[in-house]
Amino acid sequence: MNPNTSGEIDNKKIITRLLFAVVAMFGFGFALVPLYDVFCDITGINGKTGDQITLSETMKVDTSREIKVEFVASLNAEMPWEFRPVQKSVRVHPGEPTRIDYVAINKTDNRIIGQAVPSVAPGLAAQYFQKTECFCFTEQILEAKEQKIMPVIFVVDPGISEDINEITLSYTFFIKPGSEVISENVQEPPKTHYNN
Amino acid sequence: MSAVIEAHDHHDHKPTGIGRWLFSTNHKDIGTMYLWFSFIMFFIGGAMALVIRAELFQPGLQFVEPEFFNQMTTLHGLIMVFGVIMPGFVGLANWMVPMMIGAPDMALPRMNNWSFWLLPGAFGILIASLVMSMMGMGSAPNFGWTFYAPLSTTYGPDSTDYFIFSVHMMGLSSIMGAINIIATIMNLRAPGMTYMKMPIFVWTWFITAYLLIAVMPVLAGVVTMMLTDRNFGTSFFDAAGGGDPVLFQHIFWFFGHPEVYIMILPAFGVISQIVPTFARKKIFGYSSMVYATASIAFLSFIVWAHHMFTTGMPVEAELFFMYATMLIAIPTGVKVFNWVSTMWRGSMTFETPMLFAIAFIFLFTIGGFTGLMMCITPADFQYHDTYFIVAHFHYVLATGAAFSIMAAVYFWLPKWTGNMYDETLGKIHFWLTTISANVLFFPMHFVGLAGMPRRIPDYSLQFAEFNQMASVGAFIFGFSQLIFLYVVIKCIRGGEKATEQVWEGADGLEWTLPSPPPFHSFTTPPQVK
Amino acid sequence: MRAAIRVASLLSLIFTSGQALAGYQMNLSPGVTTFSQGAYEIHTLVLWICVVIGTVVFGAMIYSIITHRKSKGAVAATFDDNTTIEIVWTVVPFIILIAMAIPATRVLLAMEDVSNSDMSIKITGYQWKWHYDYNVGEKAEDISFFSNISTPDARSLATSMNVVKDENYLLDVDNRMVVPVNKKVRLLFTSSDVIHAWWVPAFGVKKDTIPGFINESWINVPEPGVYRGKCAELCGTNHGFMPVVVEAKSEEDYAAWVASQKTAAADVAASANKTWTKDELMAKGKTAYATNCAACHQANGEGLAGVFPGLKGSAIAIGDIARHIDVVIHGVSGTAMAAYAGQMNDVDLAAVITYERNAWGNNAGDMVQPSDIKAAR
Repeated sequence: MNPNTSGEIDNKKIITRLLFAVVAMFGFGFALVPLYDVFCDITGINGKTGDQITLSETMKVDTSREIKVEFVASLNAEMPWEFRPVQKSVRVHPGEPTRIDYVAINKTDNRIIGQAVPSVAPGLAAQYFQKTECFCFTEQILEAKEQKIMPVIFVVDPGISEDINEITLSYTFFIKPGSEVISENVQEPPKTHYNN
Repeated sequence: MSAVIEAHDHHDHKPTGIGRWLFSTNHKDIGTMYLWFSFIMFFIGGAMALVIRAELFQPGLQFVEPEFFNQMTTLHGLIMVFGVIMPGFVGLANWMVPMMIGAPDMALPRMNNWSFWLLPGAFGILIASLVMSMMGMGSAPNFGWTFYAPLSTTYGPDSTDYFIFSVHMMGLSSIMGAINIIATIMNLRAPGMTYMKMPIFVWTWFITAYLLIAVMPVLAGVVTMMLTDRNFGTSFFDAAGGGDPVLFQHIFWFFGHPEVYIMILPAFGVISQIVPTFARKKIFGYSSMVYATASIAFLSFIVWAHHMFTTGMPVEAELFFMYATMLIAIPTGVKVFNWVSTMWRGSMTFETPMLFAIAFIFLFTIGGFTGLMMCITPADFQYHDTYFIVAHFHYVLATGAAFSIMAAVYFWLPKWTGNMYDETLGKIHFWLTTISANVLFFPMHFVGLAGMPRRIPDYSLQFAEFNQMASVGAFIFGFSQLIFLYVVIKCIRGGEKATEQVWEGADGLEWTLPSPPPFHSFTTPPQVK
Repeated sequence: MRAAIRVASLLSLIFTSGQALAGYQMNLSPGVTTFSQGAYEIHTLVLWICVVIGTVVFGAMIYSIITHRKSKGAVAATFDDNTTIEIVWTVVPFIILIAMAIPATRVLLAMEDVSNSDMSIKITGYQWKWHYDYNVGEKAEDISFFSNISTPDARSLATSMNVVKDENYLLDVDNRMVVPVNKKVRLLFTSSDVIHAWWVPAFGVKKDTIPGFINESWINVPEPGVYRGKCAELCGTNHGFMPVVVEAKSEEDYAAWVASQKTAAADVAASANKTWTKDELMAKGKTAYATNCAACHQANGEGLAGVFPGLKGSAIAIGDIARHIDVVIHGVSGTAMAAYAGQMNDVDLAAVITYERNAWGNNAGDMVQPSDIKAAR
């Protein structure tokens, strides 16, 4: 082999291959997004919970175990609602569907669209924490001064590790990105009286 | 006709004036421009570091607002990483790779021109945002060089979009540079120069170029996602739309960890050229050096999450990344042992390049040790985001990568200019730099362990003594570099004429060319035995 | 090998003399919990392994530098390979690494076991303060509060020199997080805006707070005391001014604290029903402004050019009062201005708005009562 004789053709081949690698790696960066979701489903990073499920008949209630589930509610900085769980915690048997409620109040004079983001701790419990009904599956619209009870029906899969006996379910309400506060009277602030 | 030959025809005689630099396709001229660019950026980024250290000289705010302080830490990091270390090494590669493998020039000379001239644009944008910030027009990037979402997306200043553009340009520049280096090494080696005969510097750059190809596009991807998140309504990193801020960190560090090795592998190459020269002995364990470099490069892809232990990963993931990171110590250790063995029973002299190389081995190893400490997950919970980390990566990058560039400049300057540099001034520069660098960075270990977080403009009183010491070191370190600048300029302007071989123990094709070498390095390929 | 011994003794001097030098700390503190002590032990172990390896490697290097120099007439040997020794220095480090990995794994597994807790506290990071919520889980207590740096003036160049710099400078808050001793307290972390990290070195706990997601850790503090830490993840302008202070109290003292918090909450609620005088509002407003608003809008109301708008003479601060209230309690979407409805009580909001309308030469002249805030929420 005499490398010095290899000229343009080789260069072109090299450039083509390397450019292909560059494009592939750029794509790989984006592929990490769905890959990460798969990875999260498996390992429970960040306690991401899955989509809506329908209860399977085969799921057995395991009455020998009891798991403490605690509920917390948070608001993103720009979200002016009030938001809290009605029940602070429940004890459930794995496999037993349970309903709890959250309540959200829009005390402003504007209609606001919110999106709740669920998260479960510990992360390893996330894939066993299944919801048949949840207000986080869709965006929530609260009219001015509206108060809304938002139910969650969940079941803890009996396959969950024996080591886990406490689970926290958290929701954070964000103002839906891109949805500004929608209201006819946004120009006209609420009437209050002042002491001058 | 081939692009290479065409370019040669066009530039058969040395062009003059500004056109020589603007339209240059010559590997030496472009290499020179890269090195000067890196040097200028070193002073700009260094000035920012001095603002940081002046503010941290004593508790309380003295000089800058916290907001401006954050811009300083951000731009200092970005400039040092992308504007100093990386272009510095590309400059060395441009100058040395063709000469070391017996080639006339780089394989893709016009692309070479492009990849350089993107850089002033990229950094011009970045620095312009700082100038605007100083004029009270918005804020420059202020989210740290790691630009974590959502601080850089939802909460980023307006200049973030310019920052994204700038990063895209830097990435393009690096990718083109890497393609060029790979093509040159694959195609333009002299007859008989097999892969396992290539100098270690060429090898480390060959592997580094592949790392660049693999991860710079990922960086481009992550900033593109930021761009669409900020401006086009996507939610890659915004939990509100189903995204995840931690995903940002995974993608960033998938780029970021190999990036760390991009900045250190060429340094290993430089040291592996210098130590044998001044020990007058062949490099010990050539093939294990090559294999160690390759395994470090491979491992760099599977350790990224060790930057993210506190984000709340499952314990299995923490263990995996801890073990994988520990493994890196093995090939890195092999390198250090090989350098020591090369020195062992040699016949050493201690000119400035050798002094810097020895300082590199000492200080980089200290940085390696602290790196080993922080891969231990439970201990890292305490170290993470403290000055212990700052100390670690400055030992690796400042007294590591930057020292190796200084060593390389002293080592090859006589070859480049045809004149010997001023050895006395070089040694003064070395001792001032090395002592002050340790006064600057060593106390950071202590304040870090004692609990001082990084990226803070003000600190509690118990950290005062060591911060004061570090600031004193910083100013000596900074101003010592003016000596370096003087030595370089003096050497370019004249001095004792250098021989072809320059150093008594020098071995390799580059030392067979006259000093300075002809405009086209090897017009007829040399024969390698 | 004299050189090697010298280096070893020098290094050990550096690392052990830390405690001897009074006034400042040079090493990790062992802390009070099993986490922090585990971290300290593994840190010490790995540090010493590094010191020993370093001594050997640097010793060999220094010996070689001294002996194998040309000026001493050394002639270069010709060896450049030795397979045996290369295998040795690949395998030996591997064994050392395994020796480090085993205790590290043990410590880590203990840390990640969050089960069987006695109570839960939710910690939320805000730009730039902490929120502690005890209203979580089976042992929920109706207590929640923000914890701000106690010296808000430290955050600005103009006012920093006015701050007294004592031993707890930048390490003190207005409201401490309080926990009972000898209870396994589960900590839940989340954030309202960007990523922060809650860190108390003495507990060995450092966890990121991530908007939208929940992280957990736990502490079990064995002895009463005050433990201090800081935010450890860059979170914007005032990242350096987010101290964490945790006070561990005996069970009785903790119960008393819980009772006092509830009384205090009732007092605040009561004070919201009375009508305040302008002087009272201005006085209260000045403090509340320094704590909640000055981080961005600055103590002098002038903001930071191009970054945070000033309030001095601004159209909102001296214009329509209803609009002013709306902006403060509901925030401004798409900007850094958060909704303060959930972050401050009626009295503080009324006071802050009154203050903003009448300070720094702003001459709206009017005032806002807590009842106005209540109505506008």
